[in-house]
Amino acid sequence: MNNPNAFHRRLSQDIYELLSSMRLAISLLTVLAIASIIGTVLKQNEPYANYIIQFGQFWFQVFESLGLYDVYHSAWFLTILAFLILSTGMCIYRNTPLMLREMRSFREHATEISLRAFSHQAEFASSMPLDTLQDRLGRYLHGQGFRAKVGAPNESGDVLLAAKAGSYHRVGYMLTHAAIVIICLGGLIDGNIPLKAQQLLGWKKIETRDIPQSEVPSASRLSTANLSFRGGVTIPEGAGADVIFLNIADGYLVQDLPFDIVLKKFRVEHYPTGQPKSFESDITLVDKATRESVSRTISVNHPLIYKGIAIYQASFGDGGTKLRMKGWNLFSPAHASFDMQGVIKQTAQLSNGDANYNIEFTEFRKFNIENFANENGDAAGGWQNLLKYVETGSTKVTKKELRNVGPSFQYKIRDAQGQAREYFNYMLPIQLEERWYLLSGMREAPNEPFRYIRIPLDSENRIDGFMRLRAVLLDKQSHPEIARRFAEFALQGEQISAPMLGKLVDSTGRILDVFAAGGYEAMAKFIEKSVPAAEQEKAAQTYIKILESAAVSAWRIAQTKAGQPAVMDDNSLRFVRDSLNTVSDLFSYGAPVYLQLSEFDEVMASGLQLTRSPGKNIVYGGSVLLILGVFFMFYVRERRIWLLVKPKLGTVLFAMSTNRKTMDFEKEFSRHQEQLARLLKE
Amino acid sequence: MELTENYGAQPAFLKTLTWFDWLYALLLVGGSIYALKLYGGNMDEYETGILFLSAAGLIAQGWFWKPFRVLVLVVAAFSLFGISQYHGQLARAEQAFFLKFFFGSQTAIMWMSALFVIATASYWIALLSRSAFTARVSSAITWSAVVMGLVGLMTRWYESYLISPDVGHIPLSNLYEVFILFSILTALLYLFYELRYQNRQMGAFVLLVISAAVGFLLWYTFDRQAHEIQPLVPALQSYWMKIHVPANFIGYGAFALAAAVGVAYLLVSKGMLASRLPSLDMLDDLMYKSIAIGFAFFTIATILGAMWAAEAWGGYWSWDPKETWALIVWLNYAAWLHLRLVKGLRGPMLAWWAVIGLFVTLFAFVGVNMFLSGLHSYGTL
Repeated sequence: MNNPNAFHRRLSQDIYELLSSMRLAISLLTVLAIASIIGTVLKQNEPYANYIIQFGQFWFQVFESLGLYDVYHSAWFLTILAFLILSTGMCIYRNTPLMLREMRSFREHATEISLRAFSHQAEFASSMPLDTLQDRLGRYLHGQGFRAKVGAPNESGDVLLAAKAGSYHRVGYMLTHAAIVIICLGGLIDGNIPLKAQQLLGWKKIETRDIPQSEVPSASRLSTANLSFRGGVTIPEGAGADVIFLNIADGYLVQDLPFDIVLKKFRVEHYPTGQPKSFESDITLVDKATRESVSRTISVNHPLIYKGIAIYQASFGDGGTKLRMKGWNLFSPAHASFDMQGVIKQTAQLSNGDANYNIEFTEFRKFNIENFANENGDAAGGWQNLLKYVETGSTKVTKKELRNVGPSFQYKIRDAQGQAREYFNYMLPIQLEERWYLLSGMREAPNEPFRYIRIPLDSENRIDGFMRLRAVLLDKQSHPEIARRFAEFALQGEQISAPMLGKLVDSTGRILDVFAAGGYEAMAKFIEKSVPAAEQEKAAQTYIKILESAAVSAWRIAQTKAGQPAVMDDNSLRFVRDSLNTVSDLFSYGAPVYLQLSEFDEVMASGLQLTRSPGKNIVYGGSVLLILGVFFMFYVRERRIWLLVKPKLGTVLFAMSTNRKTMDFEKEFSRHQEQLARLLKE
Repeated sequence: MELTENYGAQPAFLKTLTWFDWLYALLLVGGSIYALKLYGGNMDEYETGILFLSAAGLIAQGWFWKPFRVLVLVVAAFSLFGISQYHGQLARAEQAFFLKFFFGSQTAIMWMSALFVIATASYWIALLSRSAFTARVSSAITWSAVVMGLVGLMTRWYESYLISPDVGHIPLSNLYEVFILFSILTALLYLFYELRYQNRQMGAFVLLVISAAVGFLLWYTFDRQAHEIQPLVPALQSYWMKIHVPANFIGYGAFALAAAVGVAYLLVSKGMLASRLPSLDMLDDLMYKSIAIGFAFFTIATILGAMWAAEAWGGYWSWDPKETWALIVWLNYAAWLHLRLVKGLRGPMLAWWAVIGLFVTLFAFVGVNMFLSGLHSYGTL
């Protein structure tokens, strides 16, 4: 290179060529598409702890440095986007002047030689005078929707009619490409570039501590002047908020609002099937500057827009429902129930002797709609259903039987070692197989389903009868008494002979002891240990018979003690059997207490999302241009026609061109050719 | 001679309309006014707007493409007759003769499914035996399938209101319903080009794609009971659904059509079935046209989706997996169109691309709901 200036000119020329080239644009489109896939496969903006669990420490850090947890706001993704804007912008800059010239020009200076080089051309003979010809052809072109210009005769007296139609095709090009740039710019404004810059410069810091918002330092707060934001806040009924939280990476920023929002009431409505029908919040805004107040109800798809800030119904939750419960001490069954209070999302203490427990109330649900049909649940496969359809013409499979079984609440009981089990209790009894039970579900890990125990209700539809019976059954001191009563009863009924009485009392007492130590499971183990294998099944049947009968005696004792009637009938027998099952199941319940919900005062919380997006209208404007442009490009076809009238030779040369050859163009050419031939013949 | 008098000028469009065109328009406008009188009390201003714009759209489409008028009138007649048979009771769908065997929504959709499969077989027989008559019969069967599918959607719409007025909604709300729409729109786009090109040889390929959709629909019905009408979750209770979803499926349908043509193109370019299928030029032209129309409608649909998202979710673009895949589909076809239009590229490579494009589209349409989670979670399998 002898001349550095020429080199620089060449280099900048090359860069210009590259940036405005189609090749680069297409490559960028492809890279952008592939990069976008990453963010759909990897869940974005999760808490960082989740990613560490998923990938392990090493890969977590690799992915973090690549910005994969928020791909669409990472520096490299924005760089690709910026290049696409640059490339598209250059493309417009480079081609627009050319296109405008093309649009305006009729190309009336085309020479005969160049016209004869066209792939679509024809020549007609015509003896008409020049004026008539010019007039007819001019009218023909006009009638076909072409705009024509008549050139001056050349030295041999030839006159050229140059015509064009569909010039707006090129406007389509300009509109679409300008639209892309406009949409991307609008998006970047809402992507909050100023905030990104402040973060980069260290002026704003992401807060990662879980502290009250009033204590968040100003480096992590954004003023109301912030141009664009999108964040959320959860407000319990009756409470208010004047900030929202913007979740960024592993922390958040606090965005101050120019108004206070108070949530007066939150409502959920349900369909009969239990699916949610609507979420609505009654909110009041009070402007901090003017003290102006606005009250409105917002719901999904119906936000409130106040001074450029849109307020959306985004989610909901519990805002601290107050619960009043009856607690049944399962470890010392003889105790009467005690009263207990709790608030959802708060923790209560419970102590039983030396052991201390935390009860974390997690959730309250006012409705539970359950499907009671097909309880044994063997749904037919697709093929059987198809065959059934062919036979009966009905696609109905199983009838649904939906029932609202009333409120429920959920809590975790955590012992001093930090081990927790989770419980799910219905407030109201539920009818199963025509009997009423209180259901309580238990699970040891959040990903397991709840296993339910059913507590049978006594003849007064209370839980007390069961608790009394359980107390007697588990009380070792009462076992000799139960065994004695049972044996006497058996003697009376002449089921056994007198000499066997003592033996029956002994074995009944032993069976009760074993059952009281661990339910049916303990009995099974006992039999396995003490009975030869061949006789185990028979022994088990006998033992259960004895246990059930003894339990009837126990029930009589319990009822009499409580001053309740003790008449044995089918109903009571069923109750005793159910009770035995439940007593046995309770051994694996793992909680010191069963909590029975007696009253509640529901407090809901509404999750609001607040957005200020000044770029929105820019994006919408760009979108309109994009749609217009796309239709111009696809459905306005640019065509040119030249008719060179050569009066001396008595011929007309017809040539046609388009910038996009399609089958429609071929058809149109043939049509013109045929029509012109007829027009020029007369 | 006419040509010399007006020098070949094309007559004004309105002058080309016949009495039937005007009658058709009159019926649609009258029907819309009657619907407004009946149900106007339950409609907001957007829905009223959508009602009259749809009527205008149907009129324009019917004037532009004449067979469409007959389709609209036949579907309207069958649907109205079907609805009259319910007597306001849902149970009659399985009792009343005409509902049980023809126009009840489930039955009509089953008719559609069966007819599409029969049409597929028939188009293949026509293709292999070079029988023009069989090909004409295949077209007729496809038209009937479209009619039954549309009638099924109409009566399903009505049935949803019979379940309960607050459950009632346009049947465009879940994967089951949009698969029916997809089959119908793909078939209609094909039928349009079939008449435009006066060529029935492509049906064998296009109907294969539709049959695949029908197969999925049947599995979805009989294995998953997806045909049961479900009430709308709050996020879907919006007039946007009535415009966003159909626009999207015109796009999907057109891309599916382009892929079917792409397969034919590849076969012909390898010399297979070449004597039975249209020329490469025509296939290329058809492929370009369907991608162009698909791209235009997909652009509109994505923009409408963004506007809806701004109203329901608080942001016009959230990089939700469904949104992102819509963008990927859009970028994919934008690149295709750039190569075709600006670079003037032709040939097997673009055909391959159109075929692969359908798989990208399919992933955006079904795969995202199956494998990825996000805001569009109401379309899950």
